[in-house]
Parts: sequence; structure tokens; C-alpha cells
Amino acid sequence: MEGSGIVAFGAYVPQLRLSRQAVVQANAWFNDSIRSLAKGERSMCNWDEDALTMAVEAARDCLQGVDRGSVRDVVLASTTLPFADRQNAGILATALNLPEEISTSDSGGSQRAATTDLLRALKSAPADPKALTLVVASEKRRAKAASAQELLFGDGAAAVLLGTTNPIARLVASHQISIDFADHYRGEGEAFDYSWEERWVRDEGYRCIVPRALSGLLEKAGIEPGAVDRFILPGAVAHDLAKRAGIRADAVADTLSGVMGDAGSAQPLVMLVHALERAKPGETIVVIGFGQGSDAILFKVTDAITKLAPRRAVAGSLARRRSETNYQRYLAFNGLVNMDRGPRSELDKQTALSALYRNRQTILGFIGGKCRQCGTVQFPKSNVCVNPNCGTTRSQNDHPLADAHAQIQSWTADNLTYSPDPPQHFGMIVFEDGGRLMADITDVGKGEIDVGMPVRMMFRVKDYDERRGFRRYFWKAVPADLPQTAS
Amino acid sequence: MPTGIRDKVVVLGMGCSKFGEHWDKNAEDLVLDAYEECLADAGIETSQIDAAWFATAIEEQHVGKSGIPLAVALRLPLIPITRVENYCASGTEAFRGAVYAVAAGAADIALAVGVEKLKDTGYGGLPQRTRGVVNDMMIANASAPGAFAQLASAYRTKHGISATDLKRAMAQVSVKSHANAVKNPRAHLRREIDIDTVIKAPIVAEPLGLYDCCGVSDGAACAIVTTPEIARGLGKQGLIAVKALQLSVSNGVEASHNSWDGSYFMTTRRAATNAYEEAGIRNPREEISMAEVHDCFSITELVTMEDLFISKEGNAWRDFLDGFYNSDGGLPCQIDGGLKCFGHPIGASGLRMLYEGYLQLCGRAEKRQLDALKLVLTHNLGGFPHQNVASVSIIGRYEKNV
Repeated sequence: MEGSGIVAFGAYVPQLRLSRQAVVQANAWFNDSIRSLAKGERSMCNWDEDALTMAVEAARDCLQGVDRGSVRDVVLASTTLPFADRQNAGILATALNLPEEISTSDSGGSQRAATTDLLRALKSAPADPKALTLVVASEKRRAKAASAQELLFGDGAAAVLLGTTNPIARLVASHQISIDFADHYRGEGEAFDYSWEERWVRDEGYRCIVPRALSGLLEKAGIEPGAVDRFILPGAVAHDLAKRAGIRADAVADTLSGVMGDAGSAQPLVMLVHALERAKPGETIVVIGFGQGSDAILFKVTDAITKLAPRRAVAGSLARRRSETNYQRYLAFNGLVNMDRGPRSELDKQTALSALYRNRQTILGFIGGKCRQCGTVQFPKSNVCVNPNCGTTRSQNDHPLADAHAQIQSWTADNLTYSPDPPQHFGMIVFEDGGRLMADITDVGKGEIDVGMPVRMMFRVKDYDERRGFRRYFWKAVPADLPQTAS
Repeated sequence: MPTGIRDKVVVLGMGCSKFGEHWDKNAEDLVLDAYEECLADAGIETSQIDAAWFATAIEEQHVGKSGIPLAVALRLPLIPITRVENYCASGTEAFRGAVYAVAAGAADIALAVGVEKLKDTGYGGLPQRTRGVVNDMMIANASAPGAFAQLASAYRTKHGISATDLKRAMAQVSVKSHANAVKNPRAHLRREIDIDTVIKAPIVAEPLGLYDCCGVSDGAACAIVTTPEIARGLGKQGLIAVKALQLSVSNGVEASHNSWDGSYFMTTRRAATNAYEEAGIRNPREEISMAEVHDCFSITELVTMEDLFISKEGNAWRDFLDGFYNSDGGLPCQIDGGLKCFGHPIGASGLRMLYEGYLQLCGRAEKRQLDALKLVLTHNLGGFPHQNVASVSIIGRYEKNV
């Protein structure tokens, strides 16, 4: 365990922020008790985002500047992954163009999944000092209309890269407790959580279980509560528990409830990344995961943190914000209302799995080709070079394009084609160093794009095959409102 | 350079059904409407036809695959029939097949038929179909107007034209075609419109509004072709000959190589260049008397007039606003109403264009008849601006002595 820690981090919070006031205005007639929650906003996935697409974005943020060949283990924690039986971490690894000779796994089953995974990975650090483990947590939680959960939940993802060489935060101690305390549950095949009374959850759950984990942790670490510089616990009881434990009030981390809501199992990692992006060397950070027990982890921030390249992380994600005051759009995007989608939505979306597998690097990894003869970059990679002055056969090397700088050459906003969020924007996306494709453009509103606008690519849901419970993923263009970095 | 098709084959007869929403007709009924007219015009019997080419683009929407539906519809006597499909150039492909067969001596008399029965989908616009299992996983979520709307943003950027000016010029493209179609009893849409109506219409795909888009129609058209000698032998006078038939197909450069700027059709330029050489045309703006081009969308027609080297690059929008392509202009375009108003049953459209050119050259275009016609150009464009099939055909009077 000695020497292992976090070497990099990243995060992704969807651009859309649903106004809680808009939700309460729509639903308070039915559930008066939600009036007290009408403050701030919660993050919400666009129609083409889910736990997997957010995980890819958080991981890309985390892996910038990292040799992807060094990643040996990928763990994806979530209780809301798109596939129950098709490894989601495998799709993540393919989208990230990680080597195939690695370990990948999904985990879930509890709001504590990510902290447990994080700890397990830290404790089993490989002997190879160059080997890295990627832990990603992502959650798109569903809630019934007019519920309190709808207001409290948020969508988001965070990623941490673990290793033993020059960590920015070193694992000092940990303590874990497992108790079958079911504050809520979601049965197999169910879409929504079923929750028990909040006061019981607070009194018998948080106030009894977290202090045990925390005191065990501080004892192992040999640290007084007053020495904790950052106390990370999602939910509404952090201040209460910190005070009871003797942790300074100014050490209690912002739960981000006002600006994004609670992203379930991902929230401890989202808050950890939020703490790390502002942390100074020497800080002591405690992370608590809660769910049928508790994980308590203590990190010490090192000098290496000053050398980590700036990234989007949580602050950048929160700054990339679009206010959503149309509650109906949230309902539609989350399948909570039966919209009349019209006959154009009826086109069969069956996916040929054999064709997907054969073309997985193109479709999931967004790998193009670069001609060894003339240097022309092209997408998709093809047998014959597209350069009209070249045309060499079987001459292309793999050329990843996901991080390439690009701009819009032509575009439209299409009202005729079926889209869950019309109009459908798409256009010719031209990569600066070669390559282009006619691509969907997402995360834009009417009148916001034009020729010449810089864009970046994001991994998104292309189509939902509702007849078969399948989702197609592909890459789409979004406005490049962040500094672009070539990988 | 091959010797080309010029003056080797002539049109013996042509026919065209009324285009429109034929709720009461199957594809076979439309084919018969066009064929009866064509056969009477040719003055022959079905038994004299040696071979046929049959064009449909979205065959799964109506007749199904192969040449069989045509053979059955007309009870053609066990002759060779080839079904062709090349997007919106399918009708022209059928014509090419028939013409080349005659030129090659494989057939004395050949038939080309195109048909599309689109109005059985339950919704407006073109039918939605899979584009193949691999393409479906990557292709942008684009309607046809959305794909062609791309031209507008690239064209106005390249030439520094304001969105307002271009929208107005595009509107004039449609206003002109509507005015022409009023005089055509077989056209689908026969109502005059004004520029403001076009500009204020609901947007289908920015900046294309409702009146920037052609009709989706049911219809059929056909041609019977033969050699000049046989035509004369059958007593045919005032022969109309094929002067050029050219086709150019995108090879992925526009879609995948950054040498294309998105504002023009690479294929149309190639097909036009080859067609002018084949027909012996040096100055198309002066030598071509009228054109029927593929105006699936107003912006397509506008850009196409530059790609045919009739308007100067960056100048077509001015030519339209100046009335150069009006029925009384320097080069009347879409005198029958075009795809915009005559309608666009995909497999029939290429043959419908040739039908109008043929009628005009024969002096049988009634209220639409133009004066002093020499050469007629038809043009099809299938697919998307960034990946398409373009055809350019030229017909004119047969001028050799037999």
C-alpha cells in the first residue's frame, strides 16, 4: 500500500442545469413538501448522455497528457450503467483507445461502489511503478416525477488515475464498515429507488455508521479530527457529522448540492476531484462513502499536485453551463412522459453486433487512418487513400481523432429528421491536421453555431434501440469552449 | 477520349404520367400511363422493343426489386430488362442503358422506364430507410433537406454573401419554378407564389424553408430510343438526338478529404465538362437553350448553375434575382416546373426532364413552348452534396443526313 495514491483526476458534469424552481412550479400542486427544495439547480444529462458517455468524458479529462499504454486496470463504478450484461468498462476502455491487454470491470450495487473500488485499487497497487489504474464513477440517476429525489439528484462523473510514481495525493489510511442498512433500494428490473423515512436514515444510518468509520480511520492514521483539512461526505449531514466528530467547519467540503445535485455513487469522487483541483501540498483529505456501511479514506496531498496540468475537472464542468427551465424537456429526456415522436422515429435501430465489433475502433474509438505514403489523415480509415493525388492501397496507420482540433465547415439545424431534441444540428466537421466527417452536433441551441466555429468531439449516444434495449454510441461535435489540448 | 454518343441514337417516343399524390394509383398504373403515351408517340408495337431498362430508387416502398415488376406491368415479351438504381439519377441511368444498347447494336429499339410511388409512407417527405449496418452506426442524423442545407452555409461563407441576400435569391429560384408550373397540366404543384411567401415559410432545415424544398410525388416517365436510320425508316420526322450522356460519382473525396470546401458539386463539374466535350459545346451559357436541372432544393439549383459553368462562380444568386433563368430570361430553367413543382418521383425524374426537353425541341410544349431552341441540358443529382451521383445529359436536333 505504501506509496500508492492518486496521480491525476478528471470530471464531467453535463452542461444542462435544470432549475429546481421550474420543477417545483410544475409539481408542488401534487407534492407540497418539495417547495423547500426550490433553490439552485441540478445537472441533467442531454438526451444523448448517460453514465457511460459521462464516464468517457471524465476519463478523457483525467488521462490528458498520460501515456494510455500505461493504464493496466479500468474500474467503472455506477448503479446506472446502460448495460446489465455487456461490460460497460470494456466500452469505456475501447472509447479511450486503451490497450486490450488490461483488466476491466464494472461495479455497482451500492452508493458506496466508487469509494470501495477506489480503496481496493489503491490497496492492490501493482508492482510495476509505471502501471496505472483508472477508477471512474458515473451516475445518471432516475427519479419519479414530483419526487424529492428528482430535485436532489444530479448527473455527473469523476475519474481518478492511481499509481505509485509521484502521486499528487498519497493514501495514508482507510477504514471500512459493512452493514446491511437499507435506507433505499432498487430491485432487479426496477427503474426507480424505494426509500425509507429520512429521519431514520439520518439517525440510525449516517449518525451511527459514519462516525464509526471515521473514528476507525483517524485512529489508524494517527490524526486528530482537527487536523483534517477537507471532509468529503455527500448528502445533507456533512456539517452535522463533522461537528460531532470535532472536524473544523471550514474543512467540510461543498456537496455541490446547489449547483449540480447528488450524483449517487459518483458524488464522493466528484467532491474529491473538486477538492483536489484546489488542494495545496500537505492537505489532509478525508473521503467518506456511505451505503450499506461506510468507506473512510484519508489522503495526504503531495508537492506533485503543483505540477499537474490544469484541466476541466469539476470547476470547468460547472462553468460549462446551460440553464434549463423547461421541466418538460427533463421529463422527455428521462423517459418520464410519453411524447408523440411521430412516424419518423420508427426506423428500426437494430445493430449488427458483428459489424460493430469489426468496426469498433472506428465507431467507439474514433480512430481514423493516416497514409504512410502522403500523410493524409482520413476518417474512416480506408483501404485506399482518399487523397486524389495519392490513392495508395493498404497504406494507412491508425490515427486517433477524438482529441484533434476541428471546426465547422457547413451546418444546418434540421427540423425534419427525428430528434429527441429538435432541431437536429449537424455539419461538416473538419479536423485541423486532416480528416473530416459529416457529424451530429450536440449541446448547442438555436442560432449558436456558424461556419468556422471551433469544436471538439465527444462520445455520445447515437441511437436508442428501444425494442431491444440497446444503445448505439458514436462521436459528436460540441462547441470547443475549453482550451483544446492535443494528446 | 471515346468518340462519345453524339448523334448516334435518337428518341423515337416519350411519355410521362401526371405527377402528384396519386392516392388511387399503384406504380404499375403510373407506368402504364407513361408507356401508352410513349408507345403512341413512337408509333410502334410492344413486340418491336428489344430490351428495357427500369429505374426505381426506393423499390422497397413500392414495386420491389429486379426488372420483373416492369415486365409484369407491361407484359413485355420475355425481353432482357435491367433494373437500375443510382439515387436521384436513376431515371437518367435507365435512359443511358437504353441509349448505349442501341449505340452498341445490342438492341434496335430500347425502352427506358422510371417510376416511383412514394406516397404510401404515412408521412411527408422521403421515406426513411437504413443506409446499411455500418453506415447507420456513424452517419449524421440528417434529412435530405438538412444535407443540402449544408451548401447554403458553405456557399455564403465562401462568397461573402449575406444570409438575407442568399435567402432571397433561393426564394426567387422557387418563385420562378412555381410560375412555370402554372402552365403545365401534368405538374404536381400549380400555384404561383411570391418571394415573401417563400421567405416567411416555416423552416425545414436552416436556411431551407418549406418552399425551398421540392415536392415528393408519385409518377412515371419513359422513353423509346433507336438509331436515326430506324427512326427514319419508321417515318419519324424532326429527329431529336442524344448529344451527350455523362455521369460522375463521388469517391469519398468530398466526404473525407479537406480539399473540398462544401460550396459546390465536384461531380456536376466533372459531368458537365465531359458532356460539353462530348456534345461539342464551348460556351454553355450561349449554346444551351434551356435546362432542366436537379432542383431538389432551391440552393441545389442555384449552386448547380455555377457547376454547369452557366453562371460565373459566386454569381448564380445574382443571375436568379436578375431573371436570367426565368421563362423569358437568357436561359430558361425548369420551364416545366422542375422537381420543385412538376414533382420528384425519384426513379422517373431524369426521364421527366428529358421528356420536357423533347417536347420543347419538337415544338409540342403548348403554353410553355420556348422559341429558337437548339440544345437542351438535363441534370440529376442523387445523394448528398458531400457524396453523390451527378448526371448531365444533352439532347438536340439530329443534324446529320442519313
